[in-house]
Amino acid sequence: MTENGAALVQVRNLHKVFKRGAERIDVLQGVDLDLQSGEFLSLMGPSGSGKTTLLNLLGGLDTPSDGTVTVGGDRIDKLSAARLSRWRARHIGFVFQLYNLLPVLTAERNVELPLLLTPLSRSQRKKHVATALAMVGLSGRSKHYPRQLSGGQEQRVGIARAIVTDPTLLLCDEPTGDLDRKSGDEILDLLQALNAEHGKTIIMVTHDARAAARSTRTLHLDKGTLATEGHDR
Amino acid sequence: MKFFPLIWTSLFRRKVRTLFTILSIVVAFVLFNYLSAVRVAFSMGVDVAGSDRLTLIHKVSFIQLLPASYKERILAVEGVDAVTHATWFGGVYQDPRNFFPQFAVDPEGYLDLYPEFLLSSEAKDRWLGNRTGAVVGRSLADRFGWEVGDRIPLQGTIWRTRSGDTWEFTIDGIYEGAEQGTDTTQFLFHNAYLDEANALGRGMVGWYLIRVSHPDQAVAISTAIDERFANSPFETKTSTEQAFVQAFASQIGDIGAMMTAILTAVLFTILLVSANTMGQSVRERTSELAVLKTLGFTNPRVLSLVLVESLLVAVVGGGIGLGLSWLLISQGDPTGGLLPAFFVPPRDLVIAVGLIFFLGIASGILPGIQAVRLQIVDALRRS
Ligand SMILES: Nc1ncnc2c1ncn2[C@@H]1O[C@H](COP(=O)(O)OP(=O)(O)OP(=O)(O)O)[C@@H](O)[C@H]1O
Ligand SMILES: [Mg+2]
Repeated sequence: MTENGAALVQVRNLHKVFKRGAERIDVLQGVDLDLQSGEFLSLMGPSGSGKTTLLNLLGGLDTPSDGTVTVGGDRIDKLSAARLSRWRARHIGFVFQLYNLLPVLTAERNVELPLLLTPLSRSQRKKHVATALAMVGLSGRSKHYPRQLSGGQEQRVGIARAIVTDPTLLLCDEPTGDLDRKSGDEILDLLQALNAEHGKTIIMVTHDARAAARSTRTLHLDKGTLATEGHDR
Repeated sequence: MKFFPLIWTSLFRRKVRTLFTILSIVVAFVLFNYLSAVRVAFSMGVDVAGSDRLTLIHKVSFIQLLPASYKERILAVEGVDAVTHATWFGGVYQDPRNFFPQFAVDPEGYLDLYPEFLLSSEAKDRWLGNRTGAVVGRSLADRFGWEVGDRIPLQGTIWRTRSGDTWEFTIDGIYEGAEQGTDTTQFLFHNAYLDEANALGRGMVGWYLIRVSHPDQAVAISTAIDERFANSPFETKTSTEQAFVQAFASQIGDIGAMMTAILTAVLFTILLVSANTMGQSVRERTSELAVLKTLGFTNPRVLSLVLVESLLVAVVGGGIGLGLSWLLISQGDPTGGLLPAFFVPPRDLVIAVGLIFFLGIASGILPGIQAVRLQIVDALRRS
């Protein structure tokens, strides 16, 4: 994926400022980050420290106030909204804390959504959806609606939707934040397997040190910058 | 097409609301078509009146009679191709409420000027050979269940026979209309019968119908004819049939303008209703739309999803509405045959279809823009 050993994700001097009226919030103040392909990174930090903000910038949902973000060789910090849309569809899988499935669609239709933006045929889409649902262990629930699933199952559908296009990078914002311990552990097992067995590169925001322990590296965000890993490991 | 399930299921998220919106669109378009048909009935003849036909009446009024001798003098005018005459009879069939127009005519001349009245040659021969014979239009015959051979008595109100006021006619034929808008409510009989049998006098007719060789010279010919009879005891006023019918129709009041006003109000209300539905539907889905955008749905795509959804509501509602109104209208006119015609002209159907699409786009455009403006990051934060 990355040429001549360069990191898959390169962040340099990243700044993000929010202005609310006269108020100015400097959330990110010079973040640097290198992430190799195949890593499973945990992002920790106090509430309001800017973890979600950073994840949004890495996933091209928002644009930085300053600094550069390079993913898989693409400079995404200067892309237009339309280009970012297409770039996200190809390279990023998002997993949300509250799953964010469409309640009116069945599990398989939810998983199919990102594939609608690809030139795949109907039968190819079906095959991809079946594979993704099998990977998250939900083959038997493809016709279920979100309200007919448990929280843990909904999150698995969310993960299936995130991986169905085989994205470059999987971004998870507190994927277990709304789950009980057992379901949360199952989700973490799944993410770990995706990383170890399928080589997925994952960035996961979490408040839970136990969850972070499943990853291959942990970084802490505080006062606008990333502190190197490991002081609480 | 692969996005269709996404749109379809969004519609069924609030079944009752969608249903009511569709229902109000249905009602609006039933109303639209029905009123179109009524408007046509009242302005009847204006659209179908021959452009090569002129009507000549007494300058003072349509009810004043003219000498029958004018025929030859009119024919002598340059550009006049054929002339015939008609006289308003105004008789009553059984009950004054059974109104229909009755004209005393010169059969051959009249049929020649109205080629849109289709009469079989046997019926025509029968009529020509029968002094008290009459020919009636299809919808008039259907209205009273008349058949060829029936004897029809009419009470004269203007014209009386020397022996009384009942005139007897025999139906010799039923004419069909060549076009949907052709007037098939007329009752036509020999002017000769009226002329000989009436107690008032002879040699007078109601008005003249003139065919010109070149419709584009109609105005000049009209002027030439009227000049010819200027300063005579019977001065004339000649106009195209279209103008004549129009003037007659506008005596009833400008029904067309009234209907247009009603329809505009109705359609505007419906536009607000469906725009409101779409607006609500988009607002409720803020976080879902944000998710779609996160997955890489571009702004044009999101906009088209919303527009197709609102179009679908309009097309389903409007389609059912047009279908229903077609059923209703094909049942016939609500007065049971009093209106000379009752149908929706193709032009109005095209307008209706255009309005359906306009409604779909117009009600979806603002919510669609709202969906486009949606900032993913903010929307996800709020959810
Ligand atoms: N769109 C925005 N407008 C204004 N301020 C914002 C916006 N987005 C984030 N912020 C502010 O930026 C700061 C960081 O927010 P962010 O959501 O990134 O924190 P977080 O680390 O993810 O917190 P949590 O652990 O609670 O999810 C907060 O103070 C938040 O109020
Ligand atoms: Mg957060």
